[in-house]
Amino acid sequence: MVPTIESEAQLRALLTSLSGVDAVGAEARVAKLSTRSIKKSTKLAAIEMAISMVDLTTLEGADTPGRVTSLCTKAMRPDPRDLTVPSVAAVCVYPDLVAHARSVLGSSPVAVASVATSFPSGRASLQVKLMDVREALSAGADEIDMVIDRGAFLSGRIGQVFDEVVAVKEACGDAHLKVILETGELVTYDNVRRASWIAMLGGADFIKTSTGKVTVNATLPVALVMLEAVRDFAETAGPTVGVKVAGGIRTTKDAIRYLVLVNETVGSTWLTPNLFRFGASSLLNDLLMQRLKQQRGAYVRADEFSVD
Amino acid sequence: MSEARLDVRKTYKLLINGAFPRSESGRSYEVTSAKGAFLANVAQGSRKDLRDAVTAARGAQVKWWNSTAYNRGQVIYRLAEMAESRRDELAEHVALCEGVNARTSQKTVSASIDRMVWYAGWTDKIAQVLGGTNPVAGPFFNFSIPVPSGVVGVVCVQESSLEGFVDAVLAPLCVGNTVVALASERRPTPAVLLGEMTSSSDFPAGVLNIVTGPSDELASVLASHEDVDGLDLSGVTSVDADGLAALGASSIKRVYRPHEMESDSSLRRLRAFVETSTVWHTIGQ
Repeated sequence: MVPTIESEAQLRALLTSLSGVDAVGAEARVAKLSTRSIKKSTKLAAIEMAISMVDLTTLEGADTPGRVTSLCTKAMRPDPRDLTVPSVAAVCVYPDLVAHARSVLGSSPVAVASVATSFPSGRASLQVKLMDVREALSAGADEIDMVIDRGAFLSGRIGQVFDEVVAVKEACGDAHLKVILETGELVTYDNVRRASWIAMLGGADFIKTSTGKVTVNATLPVALVMLEAVRDFAETAGPTVGVKVAGGIRTTKDAIRYLVLVNETVGSTWLTPNLFRFGASSLLNDLLMQRLKQQRGAYVRADEFSVD
Repeated sequence: MSEARLDVRKTYKLLINGAFPRSESGRSYEVTSAKGAFLANVAQGSRKDLRDAVTAARGAQVKWWNSTAYNRGQVIYRLAEMAESRRDELAEHVALCEGVNARTSQKTVSASIDRMVWYAGWTDKIAQVLGGTNPVAGPFFNFSIPVPSGVVGVVCVQESSLEGFVDAVLAPLCVGNTVVALASERRPTPAVLLGEMTSSSDFPAGVLNIVTGPSDELASVLASHEDVDGLDLSGVTSVDADGLAALGASSIKRVYRPHEMESDSSLRRLRAFVETSTVWHTIGQ
C-alpha cells in the first residue's frame, strides 16, 4: 500500500527513515557493471530494445512544425529501409507542438509526450503549471513530463513539491506522468533518493533524471540510485514505477550500460518501454548505426541516417 | 663514479584525436631493428582503435578544410620545423629500422623534411593546377575547384619507414583531407615520432591519426569502414590490394594503388584524393 501523506511532517519523517546512499559504493558498482561486455546477437537484441525505449526528443527554441514532422516520421520508422526496426516509444516536444505531433503520428503506437509545468526551470505558480499541463493534454499528449520545483526542494519545502506532483497527477488523469527530478541540481545522491520518493508517493508513473538543459545530466550512479528507489518503492508500497534517463546519452555503449544497470538493479521486468525510457535525440542514430554495423560487419557512415 | 640510473623506457603509442593512447586492446608488440635487436614496444592497435581514429578524422575534416590553404601550408611547414629540430632522433630510428648507416639515414631525414616543405608549398597552389575555368556556351563563368575526398585511410609502405610515410600522409593532408594512417608494421617508430611532432605543430586534433599494429588485419577494417572516403594501398602487395580494393568498392572509396602506376609521381598522389567541384556563376553586366 502506498502510504497516504497527510502532512509535510509525515512526509519528512518518511524521507528521514530512508537510508543514506553509499556514494562510493554506488559509483564503484556502476563502474563494475560498465565493464560488462555485451556482444553479437545479445548486442543486437539490446540495440533493438534500446530503440524501442527511446523518447525521441526535440526541445529547442528553434523547433518548427517541419522539424517535428520529420522527428515523428523517424519515430514511427527509424530506418525506412528496414521494417524490422521497432518504432520508438514516444516523441517528446513542447506543448505548443503536441497537436502537430499528434496529427503526424495518427494511429501509430508512438506516443506523444510533452514537457509541461514551465519546463525546464519549473518556476511558475501552480495555476500556470496546471494550465500548461491541461493545454498539452487537450492537444493530445499521452504522457506529461513535469519538472519539480528544485528551489522549493532545496530550501526544504518538500510539502510544496509533493503537492505539486499530486496536483499535476490529478490534472493528468489517464495520461502518464513522468516527474523530472533534475538530478544535476539536487547536488547529492541522498537528495536524489528523497526526491524520487516524493515523486513516487505523489503518484508519478515514471521518474526522470534530467531536463537535458543543465550541465550535469543523466549519469549512471544517479540512475542506480533512482532504480534502487523504484525497487524499494515497489517492494514496500506496491506500484511499479518506471525510470527515464535523459540528457547526454549519445552512444549505443552508454545505452547498453544503462540496460545492464536496469537488469542488475530492478530485474528484467523493467526492461520494457513501459518501465524504462531513454530521453534522447542523437542516440537513435547511433543505435541504428551500430545495428547496421552488427548486420554488415563493417563500420557505417553517420550520414546513412537522417540528421534530425 | 657515475650514478646508476633507471632506464626511462618508452612505449610507442597511437595517435588518435590529438592524444597518444595505448591501444584500446591493451596489447603491444615488440619491434626489432633491421639487425634483429629489440628496438621498442609499440602499441598494437585494434579495429576499435581504427574506428576511433576514423571518428576523430571525420570530426576534424570540415575544420581542416575550412581553414585557409595558406594556414594549412603553415601548419605543415611547422611540422618540418619540428622534424628539423629532432632530426638526429629521427635519423637514429631510420638507421635502426631500415638497417642503413648514419650517413644514409641523415640523407633520408633531409629528403623527408624537404618533402614536408614541398607539400607545405602545395597547399595554396594545388587549386591552380588541378582546377581552372571552363569554357561554356552561355553568359556564365564556370569554375572547377578541387575539393578533398574527406577521410583517407593510408596503409603505409612497409620498407620506407619515414620517407614513404611522409609522402603518403602529407599528400592527402595537403589538399584538405584528414588521414588515418596505418604505419609500417615492422618499422613504425619514425612515423610515431613524427606523429608526436604534430602535437607541437598546430595540427588540429584528429587531422592526422596514426595506428600501429598488424597491417594485414587492420587494412581490411580500414578498407571496409564505410566512413572512409579514400584508401591508399601503398603498403600492401598488389595481390592483397585486389581484395582490399574490392572491400573499398562496396562503399565507393577512391583507391590509390601505386603498383599499377608507371611512375609514382607526387602530383599523382596529390591528385589521388580530390574531387572536382564545378561551380557556375553569372557574368555581371
